[in-house]
Amino acid sequence: MKANTMSIKKGKRQGKEKTNWVLTIILILGTVTVFFPLYMAVVIAFKSPSEMTNSVEGALGLPSSWSFANFAEAMKVTDFWNSLGNSLLITVTTIILAILVYSLAGYVLGRTMSKHKGFKWIYLYLISGMFVPFAILMMPLVKETVALHLGNQLGVILLYIVFYMPMNVMLYAGYMKNVPVVLEEASQVDGASTWTTFWKVIFPMMKPMHATVAVLTALGTWNDVMTPLVIMSGTGINTLPIAQLNFQTQFGTNYNLAFASYILSLIPILVFYIICQKQIISGIANGAVKG
Amino acid sequence: MKRKKMSKKQKTYWSIIIPVILLFFVFNTWPMLNGFFYSLTNYKGYGTYEMVGMQNYIDLFQDTRVLKSYLFTFKYAICGTILVNVLSLVMALALNAKIRCKSALRGIYFVPNILGGLVIGYIFSYIFTYILPSLGELWNISWLQNSILSSPAYAWIGVLIVGVWQAVAMTTIIYISGLQTVPQDVYEASRIDGSSKWTEFWKVTFPLIIPFVSINLVLTTKNFMMVFDQILSLTGCGPAQSTESISFLIYKNGLDGGQFGFQSANAVIFFIVIVLFSIVQQQITSKKEEQL
Repeated sequence: MKANTMSIKKGKRQGKEKTNWVLTIILILGTVTVFFPLYMAVVIAFKSPSEMTNSVEGALGLPSSWSFANFAEAMKVTDFWNSLGNSLLITVTTIILAILVYSLAGYVLGRTMSKHKGFKWIYLYLISGMFVPFAILMMPLVKETVALHLGNQLGVILLYIVFYMPMNVMLYAGYMKNVPVVLEEASQVDGASTWTTFWKVIFPMMKPMHATVAVLTALGTWNDVMTPLVIMSGTGINTLPIAQLNFQTQFGTNYNLAFASYILSLIPILVFYIICQKQIISGIANGAVKG
Repeated sequence: MKRKKMSKKQKTYWSIIIPVILLFFVFNTWPMLNGFFYSLTNYKGYGTYEMVGMQNYIDLFQDTRVLKSYLFTFKYAICGTILVNVLSLVMALALNAKIRCKSALRGIYFVPNILGGLVIGYIFSYIFTYILPSLGELWNISWLQNSILSSPAYAWIGVLIVGVWQAVAMTTIIYISGLQTVPQDVYEASRIDGSSKWTEFWKVTFPLIIPFVSINLVLTTKNFMMVFDQILSLTGCGPAQSTESISFLIYKNGLDGGQFGFQSANAVIFFIVIVLFSIVQQQITSKKEEQL
């Protein structure tokens, strides 16, 4: 409805400008660049090795029968459910903790840093982490997490919370400008503590920011390879990407099995994307504009 | 009365922020300080070690493998940043024009960004190694017949293609939100002046979206400089270490190659490079903004 009225307005203003069909068609044809790799992965995943001749048709043609045997086998070999469980555990816990920790820190810093020198410095200290590449932390962190017995899911979660802190605290602290102080004061006059005020008044008002932070954190953690690779190596605990990496080194030459495994690992995030597409795209745009 | 309440508020603030600082210190500042410290030692990652002063840094600038990894990373980051930003701007202009199926198209073009770099690398690796060479044979195109990933001179282009394919999605979304901030009446004014679409873009649109260009330049450069997943899945730093990125070298030789101290020095230099890059870029783009 909204889009409709907008296009009517535009049409009026710009006079003769009509739908650009040439561009629409070019853009539709261009989606091949997105679909081709996925199409190829799907058809290969459904084939048996004997169907894969050395020609292009052998690889790209439709499979003679749509059998799920490769998927079942890949699930067994990569311990799919276990890796999926770990990925879900790490991503979901990180998102929840991220929203709680960053929103609290962003609230405090957003409210205080303009008046209080100490908080201003704390803010700058946290933000400076944005320039620190993982490469410099990686080796010492491996030692540190082993010493603290954190070479596991919890360690990975804590590290994520710290890595994404600079950018997200900045987003929340900036967002506090949109939350009027009057609301807080009103609730405090009623006798509520700062703590209660935060949960009852501020936290619900930060909703658009929660969505952005959740989306950015989810995409970052779900697909991350490096952190679990170095922190949990040798423990046998796999996330979905790590399972693909191990699988590749062991069974990389059986492409049908490998592609079935890749497809399986892509399905959860694709489903998530299809369900929350609007929130994901607006969340990312929102994050960039504010940041 | 009021004062007492203020101090209670302050207390709550501090009780929130202190644990956050501690967490940040333990998992960011402390390991970084450790990294600096190890860079001054000959630590192998195990056993005993001695302080060697600046020796690692001196050796670093004479190590051909390290220099090669910097050359590759810079080449990759510069080409990647330019390609991604040009392509994304074109895509954003197209996806923001008067077209049909706008939101569906935007949704589809964003898909590469949500998929993990590792698995995407594996899929493209198959395309480069099997599909393209067999197409080359089918159509008799000689340069297609060998896999680009097995050529020391061109393997980096294969990695670049995959990196760009994924990065364009995100950058485009940011440019689209930039284009939406440009008020329509600005275009009207330029149309009355009778300027062409091309001059309209450079004279009107582009200056107004400079802040978004600056965000995108910083984000893409940083992401491309830290390339890791695609290297791991596409080339494994080969052939002949021609696609070894700095992050990959630090990971490989620092953790498994007995060069903990040496690669720590490498990481410190890498850190300085990233900071300098960010500062320079911000300076350039903020100057452009002032001119407006």
